[in-house]
Formats: sequence, C-alpha cells, structure tokens
Amino acid sequence: MANMMYREAVLRTIFEEMERDENVVMLGEDIVGGMGTAGGPEAIGGIWSTSTGLFGKFGANRVIDTPISESAIIGAANGLALSGKRPIAELMFADFIGVSLDQIWNQMGKFRYMFGGKSKCPAVVRMAYGAGFNAAPQHSQSVHSLLTSMPGLKVVIPSTPADVVGLLRTAIRDDDPVMFLEHKALYATKGEVPDGDYTIPFGHARLTRAGQDVTIVTCGLMVGFCERVADKLAKEGIGCDVIDLRTTSPLDEEAILDSVEVTGRLIVVDESTPRCSIATDIVALVAEKAYSSLKAPSVMVTPPHTPVPFARELESAYLPSTDKIEAAVRKILAWR
Amino acid sequence: MQLSRDALLRAYRQMKVIREFEERLHTEIMTGEIAGFTHLYCGQEAVAVGVCEHLDSVDKIISTHRGHGHCIAKGCDVPTMMKEIWGSSEGTCKGKGGSMHIADLDHGMLGANGIVGGGAPIAVGAAMAAKIDGKGKVSIAFSGDGACNQGTTFEAMNMAVVTKAPCIFVFENNHYSEHTGVDYAVGTNLDIASRAEAFGMKVWRGNGVDFFSVHETMREVLEYVRAGNGPAAVEFDTERFFGHFEGDPQRYRGEGELDRIRDERDCLKIFREKVTQAKLLEGADLDAVDADVMSLIEASVEGARAAPRPTAEDVLTDVYISY
Repeated sequence: MANMMYREAVLRTIFEEMERDENVVMLGEDIVGGMGTAGGPEAIGGIWSTSTGLFGKFGANRVIDTPISESAIIGAANGLALSGKRPIAELMFADFIGVSLDQIWNQMGKFRYMFGGKSKCPAVVRMAYGAGFNAAPQHSQSVHSLLTSMPGLKVVIPSTPADVVGLLRTAIRDDDPVMFLEHKALYATKGEVPDGDYTIPFGHARLTRAGQDVTIVTCGLMVGFCERVADKLAKEGIGCDVIDLRTTSPLDEEAILDSVEVTGRLIVVDESTPRCSIATDIVALVAEKAYSSLKAPSVMVTPPHTPVPFARELESAYLPSTDKIEAAVRKILAWR
Repeated sequence: MQLSRDALLRAYRQMKVIREFEERLHTEIMTGEIAGFTHLYCGQEAVAVGVCEHLDSVDKIISTHRGHGHCIAKGCDVPTMMKEIWGSSEGTCKGKGGSMHIADLDHGMLGANGIVGGGAPIAVGAAMAAKIDGKGKVSIAFSGDGACNQGTTFEAMNMAVVTKAPCIFVFENNHYSEHTGVDYAVGTNLDIASRAEAFGMKVWRGNGVDFFSVHETMREVLEYVRAGNGPAAVEFDTERFFGHFEGDPQRYRGEGELDRIRDERDCLKIFREKVTQAKLLEGADLDAVDADVMSLIEASVEGARAAPRPTAEDVLTDVYISY
C-alpha cells in the first residue's frame, strides 16, 4: 500500500506502462513543456504534472510534445494506434474535444465497426475535466455524457488514486479507444493505492457506501460529495447505496438495477449538463427495467442546462453540492 | 530510371483495374442495385499507381472518400472490394463500411475516409510510428484539392514538420472540390504545393495524368523522406472523369470538357502511347492485360451479386473488441 495523490497515480501508471511496453507512447501539447525555449525541454512540464520526467526517461520519439493542434493530436494518436502503437494522447482540457471531435467521433470510435472488425485502435485520450476553479465556460466542462453517447468509445472516470491506477492500466492495455477523464479538483487528493500490478475491469461499478433506503448513482468528483452526504445521513438512520460508476461506457446496469430493486429510490448525481445525459440515461434505464421496484419518482442532481459560469457565486450555484444532494435524499424519502 | 517489362505491365494492369472497376460501377449504379454514395476515381489512376508502386505493405497510406483507386493500388483484393460495395458480409468491411470506408490494415491501407480532411492527421500518426520503428517506412496522406482547404490538413502538415515525421502529403488536384472549381476555392492561385512549402516542407509537382511523371517524381520524394529528412509534399495535376458522386449532373463542367479530358488527358492512353512508341511494350501485350482485367471485373461483379448478405444480428458486432 502506498499513499499518493491522484496526479501521482496518473504519472506513475503512465511511467510504469511505458517501461512495461515499448509500444506505449504519449503525445500532447506541453506534455514536455519548454520545447524551443531558452529553458529547454521540461522547463515547465505538463501543467497537471502528469507527465513530469517522462521525456528524460523515454525520449522524444515516445514522448511527443506537439503544437496546439488538437485535431492533429488525436488524429496522430489514431495513426499510431492503427500502426501497432499504444498512444496516450493528452487533451489539456476536456473542453478541447470540440476542436478534435472528428478524430474522436468519426474516426477512432468507428474504425473497428466500419472496417468490419479488422482493425484495432488501442488509443487512450486523457483529459482534465470539471468545474470548481472559476475557469469559465470553455475550461470547466464535464464531457462524459457527450462521449458516452458515441458508440465505439469507452469512457472512464476515476474518482480515487487507487482507481486511477487500476483503470488507467486497463485503459492502456485495452484494444479499444478509451476516453479517460481526470477531474481537475481530484488531482491533489490523496488515497491509498494497493501494491502489485492490479487492474480494474471496465463496466464494474464500485459500491462505496451501502444502505437500504436510497440508491445514489454518481461518478468522478461527485463520488466524494455523495459519500459525505451518505455518512451524515447514516447517523440519522438513513441508509444510502453510493454507486461509483467508474465507467459510463460500458455501464454497469446490473449494479444500478440490483440496488434500486432493494431501495426502490434512485438519485443520480452528476456534473454534466442534464439534457441527454448520463443522468437521464440512468433514470430511463431504471424506468425501463426496474419500474415495479420504484417507490418514488427518480431525482437528478445536476447542474442546470447552461454553460459553466465564471463568477464564484455563479459557479457555486451551478454545481451540485452536498446540500443539494442531501435535499434530494430527503425529498425522495418524503414522497407520499 | 527505366522500368522493367514486368514493372510496366504491372503498373498498366493496376491502372486498368482501377479504370474498369470504376467504369463498371458507374454502369451498375444506374441500375439501382448498389446502395449509398459512391465517388469514382476514374481519371486519376496514374497518381494512385505511380505512388503505390513504390511502396510495400509496411508503408501506410490513408485515402479519401474517392478511395477505390488507392485501395486497389495498395493491394486490396478486388473481388472482396466489389463485395463490400455490394454490401455483402464477405466484403472487405463485412458490409459495414461500403465504398467510403474500405480499409485493409494488412496491406498498410488505413482506410478510405468519408470525412474530407480526416485522413492527413492519421497519416502523421502512422509516420510517427514509422519514425519510432526506424526502418525507413513512410506514410502517405492522399488528399484532394478539397481537403487542402481543411484546417485538419494544415494542422497535420505543421505537426509532421515539427515532429520530423516521414509523412508524404500527396495532393491530387483534379480541379474540383465536390462541385466547386479550384480557382474559386484554393486561394493560393490554384497552387496547393506552395501551401505545403509555407509549412516548411520540401515540395514537388508532377503531371498527374502521366504515370511516368508521377512515378519518377515519387522516386525522388520517397528517397528524400526515407533518408530521414522529415515530411514532404507533392501536388499532381490530374483529372476527374466523373462527377463528385454518382448521380452528380455535372452542370458545372465546361462545354466539351469531359470529351476533351477523356481525349487528351487519359492516363491510360498516355501510358499506351508512350510505351508502344518507345517500343517498351507491344500493343498486343496491353490488349492481353485489358482482356484479363475485364474478366477480373466481370467475375468480381458476379461474385458480389452472389455473395451472402449480412443479417440483422451483424448490426451488433464489432463495435468493440472487448465489451
């Protein structure tokens, strides 16, 4: 067991995977930081400290510092993956999928299907997502709902350092394209990471709190928020299942349905905007497959359907909070 | 450099296969038997073949939505391609890709691409992989005068220069992006190569309806890129004999234009004239190839018609490798 930060878990896993398999390469803008400057390579390093030291260890062929060209970053990852490499592309901010969406959506997500199953595209696209830093509409978004809607992509959202390690190992070793979303507010959080070469399979949610009364389904940064609410309410005798999805594609439907069949109440807590989202998706899943178990209408705790605002007061009002989650639990329990 | 008799016959045969594949599709599409959108490569055969005759299966190419010619030139199996266009489960992509998505990774063919400009960034990645492997392999991004206006192509060119990736940007200027003329849509005075030059690449220009011009130009380009000098670009001036897509009424063509380019700028005619005048091959040699190719195309169409159809269950397969 080692105690480490979420960002250290990312860096260490990339480092170990690059050591383990020479086909693993990394690319992205400023992942070396300082190229072409008086300060020289690694003068800055990646802004999230998730690539520090990789260039010195593995060299320019395997740690490719790119211009600010997100289409070409993801496109190059596609070409590398189709040519037998296992690229890890970094989008500095998840919001930049907008610039590179064709390569994500029309290319990597479709190669295998449209080529009749004769290709593989083992690419990982890592991206820092999420609000909480007053970074305003174009540097704060949670894009997993959008990515989950695209067939052919796997979507992974780790909430702890231990999950970062287990899920990132799986992502890098997986032969399908994987979107790996790291929450900016989690980078500095710490946690215990088991020793050994463990991996966490995709599509297996983690039950982080167990209770009989309410099912709370969530992912990413929101997992900690939900746990705090569950711990508080447990002292009042209210029991919550907290399900950390870990991956939204594939989705662990069984974990959700099994829990709702016991509790009869579903709350989805998510940081992405609510329309056509993972929240509506899970509410629909339960309405379709566990309708007779429900004791109350399902509740979604999400931001409103707006861009992420800048000002502190506005961003606080926008984001789900422990207060909003607690209110949702009390509301669903008070139904009739 | 003089090509051997075998090499000449092979090049001619490849061009002829592409020509007759496309001519036959043009006819068959009118019957309504083939579904979807088809974009024919007729007229540009000298480019695909003149480039790909220099490559082997470890070199990579990525193609355009007008991709049949590149596929054939890079070694994709013709009857299997025909089955794909017919939508058979025995097609190159099991009927899931169709005309615009034929790929054959075993032959280094990373796919035709339905998105104009989608291919160049992928070719850069393939070139990065070649650079890592250090065995002198290259990748080729085929683009038209349409894709040369996409930002993705600009990003790809700069990325290739910055990373010194052994990527060759082959621009096939057939004078039309869809239904729009190059003198309207390409701002650099009809000239695409100068754009690549501005990105810091060495560039070449060649006659895209003359196999020998393409082949000789590409010999120089490949020598330069395989030697580790980074990327390069080449523009070939060529012709598109059919419309943008099958069914295009082509009202944008000038009077007599199609007859003129078929008459004066047909790469197969030009090849035949050159090799027979130089007495490198006899007309009868080429006639024999023609007959052989016609049988191949006929057999391919018959095979495609008789090939098994996919079933509804096949919709669900091959989205992922592991679920």
